[in-house]
Amino acid sequence: MNDTQFVASDGRESVLRTEHLRIQFGGLRAVDDVNLEIKKGELYGLIGPNGAGKTTVFNLLTGVYKPTSGKIFLCGKDITGKAPAEINRLGIARTFQNIRLFNNLTVIENVMVGLSNSISCNIAQSIFRLPRHKKSEKEFYERALELLKVFQLDEYKDYLAANLPYGKQRKLEIARAMATNPTLLLLDEPAAGMNPNETQELMDDITFVRKNFGMTILLIEHDMRLVSGICENLTVLNFGTELAKGETAKVLSDPAVVKAYLGE
Amino acid sequence: MDFINALINGLSLGGTYAMIAIGYTMVYGIAKMLNFAHGDIIMVGGYAMYVTLLLVGQPIVALIAAIVFCVILGVCVERFAYKPLRGASPLAVLITAIGVSSLLQSLAQIAFGSAPKMLMAVQISGTVTLGSIHIAYYTILTLALTVVIMVAMTLFVKYSKPGRAMVAVSEDRDAARLMGINTNAIIAITFAIGSALAAVAGYCMLIKSPTLTNTLGAMPGIKAFTAAVIGGIGSIPGAMLGGIVLGVIEAISLSIPGLAPFTDAVEFGILIIILLVKPAGLLGKARREKV
Repeated sequence: MNDTQFVASDGRESVLRTEHLRIQFGGLRAVDDVNLEIKKGELYGLIGPNGAGKTTVFNLLTGVYKPTSGKIFLCGKDITGKAPAEINRLGIARTFQNIRLFNNLTVIENVMVGLSNSISCNIAQSIFRLPRHKKSEKEFYERALELLKVFQLDEYKDYLAANLPYGKQRKLEIARAMATNPTLLLLDEPAAGMNPNETQELMDDITFVRKNFGMTILLIEHDMRLVSGICENLTVLNFGTELAKGETAKVLSDPAVVKAYLGE
Repeated sequence: MDFINALINGLSLGGTYAMIAIGYTMVYGIAKMLNFAHGDIIMVGGYAMYVTLLLVGQPIVALIAAIVFCVILGVCVERFAYKPLRGASPLAVLITAIGVSSLLQSLAQIAFGSAPKMLMAVQISGTVTLGSIHIAYYTILTLALTVVIMVAMTLFVKYSKPGRAMVAVSEDRDAARLMGINTNAIIAITFAIGSALAAVAGYCMLIKSPTLTNTLGAMPGIKAFTAAVIGGIGSIPGAMLGGIVLGVIEAISLSIPGLAPFTDAVEFGILIIILLVKPAGLLGKARREKV
């Protein structure tokens, strides 16, 4: 590990760093020269108009897409080009813009899937239901229940995920992502489709996750109220390139950003 | 009493179909492909039993050898024939599966010739008589194996880490990968389980009628595929139900003299009717299109 990559310019530990990240689909540069730097414990916002490439950045960070060029470092370790499951194990978890829970599993089972890599039990032990299997199943269940309690979802534990109210589904997605024990949590438009009350509750949840787990969070968001309320720093994307970045208040008052959002 | 006899035979025949159908449906649900070579795994398992019997002579050892061999074969077929095509057009995968099916049948013919092999050592004869009901021992054994497999599969899927991961992968492969699930390993496990069940199904067929040819698995494969579709392809309880329904229909139809010659037509006719009423199958869920 290269230490100079692990420490950000102001001396705080860098959790995520991208260098000249780019992906090209045919003639379209969906993401071009994006340089993110997210420090430990930070809540960082990634905003921009529709089609600016925000979700594409998430797909690059999580290994769904391989970058055409550029590098991605997680805690100083180069994770560029690794497979999604591997990247998740190394510490990046995410939620989705359009909720993607496992609807045929119950609430607690969704979290247990997220816990899969944290408790060891191999296939032979499971098939033959050896004592190790029983012990690990109990462990899965109890750890999942603990996590559901933290998110106040324990009363719904036996509901099918599909039958949860929308706001709770968002919450469950965050709980499932947290179950994979990440060092960086990516939230893709968590407030999409929420009413003001639900948005407020979500903001409280995000603040809670940050405080309680010391989590570093990268957030994609359209809801300006949410962004200005909780993010410290922002990067604004437009047509795949960085339009502005820095402290939230400064960036949001930048004329170029206002123009990109509201037009001339 | 003929009806009760037919019903019991149907349950056991249906159990065999169900074991094969579980393999079809799991592979479809998880790897999103129709593995038309699945029936031929049964046949390969039969030859594995034949060879083991020549060497050891113990039917139970032969069964275990067949299971092991089929698991290895199933995983290898997936690894070398299907995995390179992940993400390719479904038609390319389908035609590959048909190719693998022909390959297995031809290899068996080259290795063992086209004359049937008789596995008399695995055949189980004898019946239990309860009043006017006669139940063959092989029927009882098949029913017992069916129940054990169904219970074990249900427990495995519901209460184990790989089982839950399988449900997760079948529902949303990308989301599962992003939750740290090794989807390639889950697909390999799926093929392994399906192939093991195919070997057991082959055993159930051979204890009843010990004639082994290189097309042993062809018709049961198609019937089991039909069963999986009747039950709702992708659903494991659906495959179990579909297998039992199809087996019972077949046995009852065979027991009615006027209907017996048209049994296949009756079965596939009922498939058509079920699909007209429930296009997703008995336990299948209609897919919501994402917009």
